[in-house]
Amino acid sequence: MKDNSIEFKIPELGENITEGDVVKVLVSVGEPIHVDQALLELETGKAAVEIPSEINGTIKEVLIKDGDKVKVGQIVIKLETHQKEEPAVPPTDTQEKDSPPKNRTSDTPKIKEALPTPPSPNPSATDTTSRSHVPVRAAPSVRKFAREIGVNISEVTSSDGRITVNNVKAYAKQRLTQEPLASTNTGIPSPSIPDFSKWGKVGKESISTIRKITARHMAMCWSTIPHVTQHDKADITDLEKIRKHFKQKAEDAGGKLTPTAILTKIVAAALKAFPTFNASIDVQKNEVIYKKYCHIGVAVDIPKGLLVPVIRDVDKKNIIELSVELSRLAEETRKNTISPDKLQGGCFTISNIGGIGGTHFTPIVNFPEVAILGVGQATHEPVYIDGNFEPRLIMPLSLSYDHRLIDGANGARFLRWIVKAINEPLLLALEG
Amino acid sequence: MREARSWILDTRCLILKGMMNSTNRSTHVVVIGAGPGGYPAAFHAADLGLNVMLIDEEVHPGGVCLYRGCIPSKALLHVARVMNDNDEAEQMGVTFAKPKVDIDKMRSWKNSVIQRMTQGLGQLSKIRNVQSIQGRARFADAHHLIVDQGGKEEKISFEYAIIATGSHPTQIPNLPYDSGLILDSASALEIETIPEKLLVIGGGYIGLELGSVYAALGSNVSVVEMLPRLLPGADKDLVTILAKRLKNKFEQIMLETRVAEIKKEKGQLNVKFEGKNGAESEITFDKVLVSVGRKPNAEKLGLENTNIKTDSKGFIPVDLQRRTHEPHIFAIGDVAGEPMLAHKATHEGIVAAEAISGEKTVFEPQAIPAVVFTDPEIAWVGITEAEAKEQELDVKIAKFPWAASGRATTLERNDGLTKLIVDRKTERILGVAITGVSAGDMIAEGALAIEMGANVTDLKLTIHPHPTLSETIMETAEVFFGSSPHFYQKK
Repeated sequence: MKDNSIEFKIPELGENITEGDVVKVLVSVGEPIHVDQALLELETGKAAVEIPSEINGTIKEVLIKDGDKVKVGQIVIKLETHQKEEPAVPPTDTQEKDSPPKNRTSDTPKIKEALPTPPSPNPSATDTTSRSHVPVRAAPSVRKFAREIGVNISEVTSSDGRITVNNVKAYAKQRLTQEPLASTNTGIPSPSIPDFSKWGKVGKESISTIRKITARHMAMCWSTIPHVTQHDKADITDLEKIRKHFKQKAEDAGGKLTPTAILTKIVAAALKAFPTFNASIDVQKNEVIYKKYCHIGVAVDIPKGLLVPVIRDVDKKNIIELSVELSRLAEETRKNTISPDKLQGGCFTISNIGGIGGTHFTPIVNFPEVAILGVGQATHEPVYIDGNFEPRLIMPLSLSYDHRLIDGANGARFLRWIVKAINEPLLLALEG
Repeated sequence: MREARSWILDTRCLILKGMMNSTNRSTHVVVIGAGPGGYPAAFHAADLGLNVMLIDEEVHPGGVCLYRGCIPSKALLHVARVMNDNDEAEQMGVTFAKPKVDIDKMRSWKNSVIQRMTQGLGQLSKIRNVQSIQGRARFADAHHLIVDQGGKEEKISFEYAIIATGSHPTQIPNLPYDSGLILDSASALEIETIPEKLLVIGGGYIGLELGSVYAALGSNVSVVEMLPRLLPGADKDLVTILAKRLKNKFEQIMLETRVAEIKKEKGQLNVKFEGKNGAESEITFDKVLVSVGRKPNAEKLGLENTNIKTDSKGFIPVDLQRRTHEPHIFAIGDVAGEPMLAHKATHEGIVAAEAISGEKTVFEPQAIPAVVFTDPEIAWVGITEAEAKEQELDVKIAKFPWAASGRATTLERNDGLTKLIVDRKTERILGVAITGVSAGDMIAEGALAIEMGANVTDLKLTIHPHPTLSETIMETAEVFFGSSPHFYQKK
């Protein structure tokens, strides 16, 4: 008899992504599944993706559980195909080679849509007497101890299989030394919140995975990086003229010549002039890492949260090319078709809220980067020039940086450099 | 601590005022139902320093377990045991006169057992400063209860609530309940009369326990069960031993048979049965005991005024901390799901109280023991052999028949079996099952073994006292390795 069971492996998720955390296993043993049905939700870096099935079949065995770390290529689920003879993955024979390569986005996992879930907790009346697996070999007192110090007992191992309090302690110690920076635990416990329904009607919604990741990342950035925010103003009157003049050119190329697109180029030039802004701090090794490449992230606001797609090698592209690429990345981000590797590897982030309004704000540095530029809405202001007030278009800029690496004077110089490059667009060509 | 105390005093003043003005009382924690889930929850919450209110329809804590369940049934089963022992003493050379049953005296003795225990709980409640309210509570909204105290209604406001309302016997529709001849577990325990012919509908543990009581008291007991065997939750080999003895004690056991109709005729009940192949029969009984399971008491609680919704079986869904859809309202015991067992409810009650006081706690037992208090008793904990088979677990089963137990022979009770269900790879104990006298007391060792993650060698190398029935557990572990002194296995 032909064995029609298929091993499902974690597919390639994108460049430089080798592993991820299982947020949620979405299927259970015996469940029938169809092509493209999401099997599990995976968290890689900042993105959560759903991994779809490639076949129609039935789940035979689930080898992972929520919270597990998995590697690309790891077997995570065993499936049984419905069609007995047809192999699940088409063989790569000569015919296949002739056909055009598959569109990459169609088999890369999609960014998960944040669905509103019923209010927490997630109670279900279950029979706890029978278990389908051999339970954790730890006494009730040991399980209680692990729970109280926040250790998942199923992750603890021991030489003879019996878990003791000492095994739990050793595991906790190892975890603490392993990831000092990744931890968001600031040592200050989150206070419990009052029951607001005492004072009026409230609505509840579970926090989406994207929001959870954002919250964790932001809390970590904010609590581990000593921030300074420097404010300045740039006169974009001339730049705006140039922008309008060349707008059509960008549109012909399929892009949109936005102030942000131009700013990426200016920032890339500034990073070249100020290498400490294109760096990261390795606290564990007491090292500063300088990047010889220039990838710039641009924050894109989508309904479920904030994502930062990254434009590669900004210094090697012209502004028209950048405007085309930025338009495409923003579009992919909004449509949830962006692959997770395009959300990684940034050197510096630009966050432009000018489209919404407002002036200066204090952006949070996007770790492991060391600086971020916040852009406010440009408005006409009277500027005193040669004895007269002239209406000029002024753009508010806010630069937050990591004060561990960047001194105040350098911060001011960096932002001044950007302001001057905007005021006098030719500077870019001369020095950038 | 001093501050906390003065706060409690303040609250008491408020309570006194409340009583005089009949305005509303408020509490930090309210526990609805004072059964084996509710009263330990209330007591533990009070011990943790919380301000607690306990609402129940009875004057003292105890619930169904003490008033109409575990305790009175065990008292009466003890009576049955004494009578049986007297019968069996004859072959040991002691002959007693035929027992004379004074049913009124027996009832009042049983009631005195209940009274002693529930009054004791009342005192334990009082010294903990738990405010007791006798009445029936329903939710007005997610932070208020209305308590009906015999027509007088009071509104109680609370920060946290624990629903521990238990369950009630399932009724079969369309039976002549107004005949007064149909019993449920509660009325059967009142032993108003000893019917000459009693039919027990349902071959579960309640039916078999109460059937055993009435059989010992002199009734001709028949049991009817729809399924092909008694006690469907327990492994077959355990039940076979019990069924053999029950066959002698009971008039008849009808399996794969259902009751088609019951009619009252001349002060008796005429019961029509429908057998396996549609075979019909008709028998007349003096009384019929309906024991076909229990249903959660989640209705009439005003849950519709909260966000709590029951599941398809009527249980209140809860998370690991026993929180309902309203995170400040907990549900424990029978109302929160299977298994409907008092000791499970108690443990859940402790977890809920700890969760309210802010402790990191969850309900995560590896095993919950189950005991059927028939004679012999059946007890099991962890996985059953049938469950292991169903889940296709790689297990090895070891059994030790009590024919080889010295202690069982001295008791003239060799009708027993001890069984271990062991994970073949790790030799971990996954399940322990026992049929025999005192099986219920012995199963605790199995529960501890599973919780501690013991393997068969641990049980084998633990010296058990001689001569006791507990030795059978050690000897079963020896059987697992192929060499038990009292049970020879061919190699």
